[in-house]
Parts: sequence; C-alpha cells; structure tokens
Amino acid sequence: MNATSHRRHGAERDQDFGDVDRPGLLAALAAVVPPANLLVDGEDLKPYECDGLSAFRQVPLAVVLAENEGQVAAVLGICHRLGAPVVARGAGTGLSGGALPHGQGIVLSLAKMKRILHLDPVARVAVVEPGVRNLAISEAAAPHGLYYAPDPSSQIACSIGGNVAENAGGVHCLKYGLTVHNVLRVRGVTVEGEIVELGSQALDVPGYDLLALMIGSEGLLAVVTEVTVKLVPKPETARVVMASFDDVTKAGDAVAAIIAAGIIPAGLEMMDKPATAAVEPFVNAGYDLDAEAILLCESDGTPEEVEEEIGRMRAVLEGCGATGIRVSADEAERLKFWAGRKAAFPAAGRISADYYCMDGTIPRKRLGDMLRAIAGMEKKYGLRCINVFHAGDGNLHPLILYDANVPGELERTEAFGADILALSVKLGGTVTGEHGVGAEKLGGMCVQFDGEELSTFHRVKAAFDPAGLLNPGKAVPSLHRCAEFGRMHVHAGELKFPDIERF
Amino acid sequence: MDAAAQFAERIRAADGGERALRLRGGGSKDFYGGALVGEVLDTREHRGIVAYEPTELVITARCGTPLAEIEAALAAQGQCLPFEPPHFGAGASLATVGGVVAAGLSGPRRAAVGAVRDFVLGVQLLDGVARRLTFGGQVMKNVAGYDVSRLMAGSLGTLGLILEVSLKVLPRPVAEATLRFDLPQAQAIEAMNAWAGQPLPISATCWQDGVLTVRLSGARAAVAAACRKLGGDLVDEGAAFWEALRQQRLDFFAGGEILQRLALPSVAPPLDLPGAQLIEWGGSQRWWRGDAAAARQAASRAGGHATSFRGGDKSAGVFQPLPAPLMQIHRRLKAAFDPRGVFNPGRLYPDLST
Repeated sequence: MNATSHRRHGAERDQDFGDVDRPGLLAALAAVVPPANLLVDGEDLKPYECDGLSAFRQVPLAVVLAENEGQVAAVLGICHRLGAPVVARGAGTGLSGGALPHGQGIVLSLAKMKRILHLDPVARVAVVEPGVRNLAISEAAAPHGLYYAPDPSSQIACSIGGNVAENAGGVHCLKYGLTVHNVLRVRGVTVEGEIVELGSQALDVPGYDLLALMIGSEGLLAVVTEVTVKLVPKPETARVVMASFDDVTKAGDAVAAIIAAGIIPAGLEMMDKPATAAVEPFVNAGYDLDAEAILLCESDGTPEEVEEEIGRMRAVLEGCGATGIRVSADEAERLKFWAGRKAAFPAAGRISADYYCMDGTIPRKRLGDMLRAIAGMEKKYGLRCINVFHAGDGNLHPLILYDANVPGELERTEAFGADILALSVKLGGTVTGEHGVGAEKLGGMCVQFDGEELSTFHRVKAAFDPAGLLNPGKAVPSLHRCAEFGRMHVHAGELKFPDIERF
Repeated sequence: MDAAAQFAERIRAADGGERALRLRGGGSKDFYGGALVGEVLDTREHRGIVAYEPTELVITARCGTPLAEIEAALAAQGQCLPFEPPHFGAGASLATVGGVVAAGLSGPRRAAVGAVRDFVLGVQLLDGVARRLTFGGQVMKNVAGYDVSRLMAGSLGTLGLILEVSLKVLPRPVAEATLRFDLPQAQAIEAMNAWAGQPLPISATCWQDGVLTVRLSGARAAVAAACRKLGGDLVDEGAAFWEALRQQRLDFFAGGEILQRLALPSVAPPLDLPGAQLIEWGGSQRWWRGDAAAARQAASRAGGHATSFRGGDKSAGVFQPLPAPLMQIHRRLKAAFDPRGVFNPGRLYPDLST
C-alpha cells in the first residue's frame, strides 16, 4: 500500500508526515533528476531553510532543482506515491514564509526554469517559465513598447511563479491591477501528476474560474510550470507629485479626496516621518524631512493627459492642506522620488538590527485611525515602527523595528504585529494584502475567518490535492491550530470552534 | 425571519433530485446556460445596497438588488461598473446584481478593463448545506485564503447562493468619442491588435459587415489626441450604439437561430464559418449563428472555445466539454460547496454532481 492511500487532507488537524520513507524518497528522486539537481547534504540544504521571512527556518529532507515540466511531474508523482510533502519555491523572496520548507518533505525549486518561451508583441502576451524574474519580462517586452504591469518592490529578483502563488501587487496596482488581473493562463502539474491548463489566451474559459483560485493559492493547489502574462503598452510619460503634510490624518484624507475627485493615480503611496527619515540618508530622494507624512501621487499617459491630471491632483492636494508640493521635472527625478519608497525595506534593515513587515489592508478612510493606533502600540510594546503604505489601495506595510538578540523583543514584535492585523480586520480589512499568509499569518486567519469558512478553504484544497501534500500547514490553518492559537475572533459572544479541544 | 434565513431553510429542505433549487433573480438570463431544473428560489426578496462609499471605490449590495438601481446610485456619484454587464432583461425580468456575478457576463469594455471577476472583491454566500460564509471583503488587495469570491463569477449559481457581493467601481470616463472605419475583417483584426499595443484610450471595439467601430474613453486631452491619431469618421450617436451592442439589440442579434459565442485569442485570423459574424473585444469575442459542433471546432483550432449562447437546441451541452483532469477538479469543487447537488443541476455541465 502506498503512503498516500491512507492520507487525506482535512480541516481538523495538521497532518503528521513522520512516516515518510526518506531513503526510498531520495532513491526515487535520484532516478528522475540529474545528480547535480538533487541536494541532500546539510550544507547544500542550508540556503533553502528560509525565504524572505528569515525568522522562520526549517531544513528540508532534500531540495530538487527541476529543469522542465517533465521533471516536475516525475517528482510530484514520486512524492504522491510516497506521501511526502512538497514545497515549491521560486526566487525565495516571499515575506510570509510561504516557501518555508517542511521538515519531512522536499523543496521543489523552479529557479532553473527561467526561459521566456514566447513573446508575441502583436497579441501582447509572453509565455514564460515560472523561474523568470518579474522585471525580466518587462525588459524583454520593452523593445516593443510593452511591459508587464505588476511591479512588486522585489521585482528585480522575484519570479513570476512566486508572483502567481502570492497574487503579487506593487505600487501601480490601483490603476493596473494585481497578478490576477494580468495573468491570462497558468499551466501546472497537480500533485497527482496531471497537467492542467487554467485560463487561456482567449479572455475566458468554459467552467469555473480556476485561474482565479490558483492565483494567490500559495503553492497549495498545483505547481506552476508555465505562465502566460498580459503585456500592456508602456505609457508615453509619467510624472509624480510629492506632497508634504503636517499631519498624518490630513494626508490620509487627501488620499480619499483624490479618489473622490475621480482620479485614479498610477501610484499613490504614503510614508510617515520616521520612514522618510530612515530612507533619506540612504537614497537622497529629496524628501521633506519636516513633514509628518508625504504622499507620492503618480500620473501616467499621454503628455497632454498627464499635464491635465497633474493639475487636478495638485488642486486636490492643496485643498487638503498640503504644506509643500513638488512635481518631478524629468524621468530622473521621478525615479529618485520612487527610489526612496522602493528602498524602505533595506533602509529599515540599515537603521535596525531586524524589522518585521506587516501587510494588512484597510479601507482608505481608516488610514488615520490606523496610524494613531500604531503610535499607541509603539508605546505599549516599547518598539519603533516606520510606516510605508500603498495608500491608494489601503495596503499597509508598517515595519516594526526590533533586535532579535534582545531577549523578549521578537515576542513583543509578534504581539505588536498581531495587534495591527487584528485591528485591520476590525476596521473592515484583511490580514494580508499582497504578501500572503504563508507560515506567518496563520493566527491572523483564525481572526479573519470562522471555522466553517476555513473548512471550505480546506475542501477547496482537497479538490486539487486530496492527499494534502502541497505546502501542507501553510496559508490556511487547521481548526485545531486556531483553537490552540486561542486568540480567535469571538463573534457576538459565540465561541468559533466549540468542538475543538483546547490546551 | 429575514429573507436570507428563509433561503437557508429552503436550502436545508432541498435535495439533489425532485427538490433541487433553481436560483433565480430577475430571470433576465434564463436563456443562458444549460437546463433550468428545480423549484425556483427567487432572490429578489433579499435586496438593497448595503454600503457604498465613492471614495472607497466599492459598492456592496444584496443579491436581489436590481442592476439598474446600482448603476443609478453609481452614476449619481460619477462612477460606474467598468465591465458594463449586460442587463438583457426589462419589465418584470430586471437583471439583479447576484445574477450579474453568477452569469459572469461582461460588456463592450471587457477587453480594456477586465471582466466581472476582475471587479469582484468579496461575497457572502449560502453553500449547499446552508452555511453562511464570507470571503474576500471590501478592499482592493486581499490575499487571505483562496479567492472564492472570484470563483463565484460565472459559476451560474452551481456553488452557492450569493447573498451579498462587493464590487470595485471606477469613475466614469470624463470624455468619450466613437470612430468608424471601413475595413474588411482581416484588416480590422490587425488594426485592433496593433492599436491595443499602443498607449491609446480604446475602451471598446466592434466589427461587423465591413465596418469597424471604436470607442475612446478617458481624459479629454487623451481622447482628443487619439481621435487625431486614428482618423476615421466621428460618430454622433456613439453612446446609443454601444448600449445597443451591450444589450444585444443590434440587428445582428435578432433572429431565432442558435447564437454562438466564440472566445479566442485576439489575433485569431478570420474564421472559416459561413454567414455573418460580429467581432468585439479587440478580436477576442466573436458571435456567429450556427451549430455548436462547427463553432467548437473553429474555436478550438484558433485556441479558444465556443458557447451556445442563446436559442436553439441545448442537447449537446451549452459549454465546451473540459479535459478530464479539469472536469474532475470541477466535480470535487462542486461537491466541496454543494455536496448534495441542490443548486441549479445541469445549468453548467450535466454531470457536475456525481
């Protein structure tokens, strides 16, 4: 009897994979990939022990570097037969531990699959392997005046397969959408070894929109082997307005006022004073260091259109009490204004031993409430927090600064983060806007969803992966874990998981 | 007892056979999809806009809210549903927002801005055992859990009864202009694809009988610049034309023979099918009157699929059959949401519940 036949994915408990036959697994894998593509020694495995969330570490049994779809299918077939967990991994830049290895399973790296298979400038599509870097697609499309719109801050390194797994966003998604709006088709392999094509170069397919389910599924449904992305015309020109405010609430109100004026900026970002103070020495972006908050508001399109829109933006920002306004004079200055925003994470790393990046999304109108609450939490936990927001879509990236070597700071940081996420849900938002749940926000999921909703997610997973082998334990917590977490949302006085044992 | 609680009771009392439920709003899209089976559950009792704040770019409404009511509320604030969903109904069969999402049909602006699914942010639904579940929310960016909300778009009520839905909305374009060009089909397809690769504010296209009609929407300066660049003849009654296209009131759509909808890569060359065709969405959506087998064969060869959209014999199934691994996932998903098969049996695929 193979190991999988007695294994079934369920909602109640995380599965135990303690019975995986390691020697049998390694021998079977060695038969389907070249020796150099199978890593089994501790030293070789070490670089894979974490992704961009380095606070979580786990060494896997082995790492397989797949070179083609055939190898992916063969590896999945073996893991399915032997009941071994599989964690797919792209560039490893994820910030929620989505690619954190499973101790009883393998990491399936797709980093070697990095060919752009086909780029059709007339149809405006590119067909690429999952390991292709986000920015590499836009670079390849640039000679045709086209680009791939989603631009996560890590776009220089992150891969499209990972973007699909996380439904990655970026600073321009208010106008141009997320990964889910810019991917036409995903080809992948299920853990049962079936090749599936979700979506199409035609704009829709018969049946359910499985592409929408796949995007943002954090590697729990299938392993991506090919992605067809939409390419869009590069705007002729873009300019950015930088506005200073002496009060964060006014800056938050200005965000709402811009939308109310019927303007959809290409990008609309906010940084608070500690954030500009952190990045300015790093990039010399020319930020107003006296401002309590600055907004970066971008317009793109034809030169006439941009001229008109910049004028409207300026009027709204002035009406909202901006204390200073600068408009980028040329492309170099525009990029300089953005450089500071894009460098916020490394800058946090420069001024603090460690930082913890949050990712809640809230309705725009609550930005001021959230900022005031965070200021209170800084006092409560005795930690500093710098705030960078994708203000246009209400997506917050507070960076909590801490030092893991100081006893108790990590724990306080995690409690601080949990408070921010709980407040995000309470304000009508979500615990994760674009970084994913991964291994990190399982507790937040218990706050945001009740047991029946979580059970539905588990049934969705089982529809693709009945044995529960793809990235087990991530993204959707088991009910048992929520019961243990103990901080779950108590709705109208009802206990959410009355049937589950507590510790 | 509120309407949603009554719906839940109906669902609990239903089964997958004689007592299956046929979820129905205004019935404006009764013609669409497979068999109409089961006792009607009329969603219109559960209606009303729950929340609409223009600065949040989101509207939340109960399933039975008339689409017209939502569009009027948005228009009063200078906003719109950018995907221009067709109503198709009138009088007693007014389209409802629940039906818009369940049918998943989008209008002329689809190729430019996206489909229904691209604007669904959250849903509240009753599943097949009457569990009340909420997925997604009212914010633009949300990756907590699988995107069940978007899965509902186009699921034809086979997974759950949508109680409430939150949709992203956008400002109405400041300026619009409609241009006409005399062009044979092959050149029209080439032109639509070439223009779509340039930064032009094209929001809709329609080719029929040697005439390509193009709509431009956006900032005044952008629309004016594009008019100068593209040339063609400026059309005065543009808005009326696009509304007629959206509601399929153009002469092309009159007549009883079965109407096929072919979804193709936009660059697919003219199809070798007899009779007239109407092309939308920059070449991606093509309409033709004729039998399902010929439409499916032509669509498959061109890299797309065909749907028997309206009229005619539905015995061959309305939607193109799926490859076996995908059909298996469909059956498992159906079972995950509706294990007893109570919702709309046969509306999507006849053998969805096993």
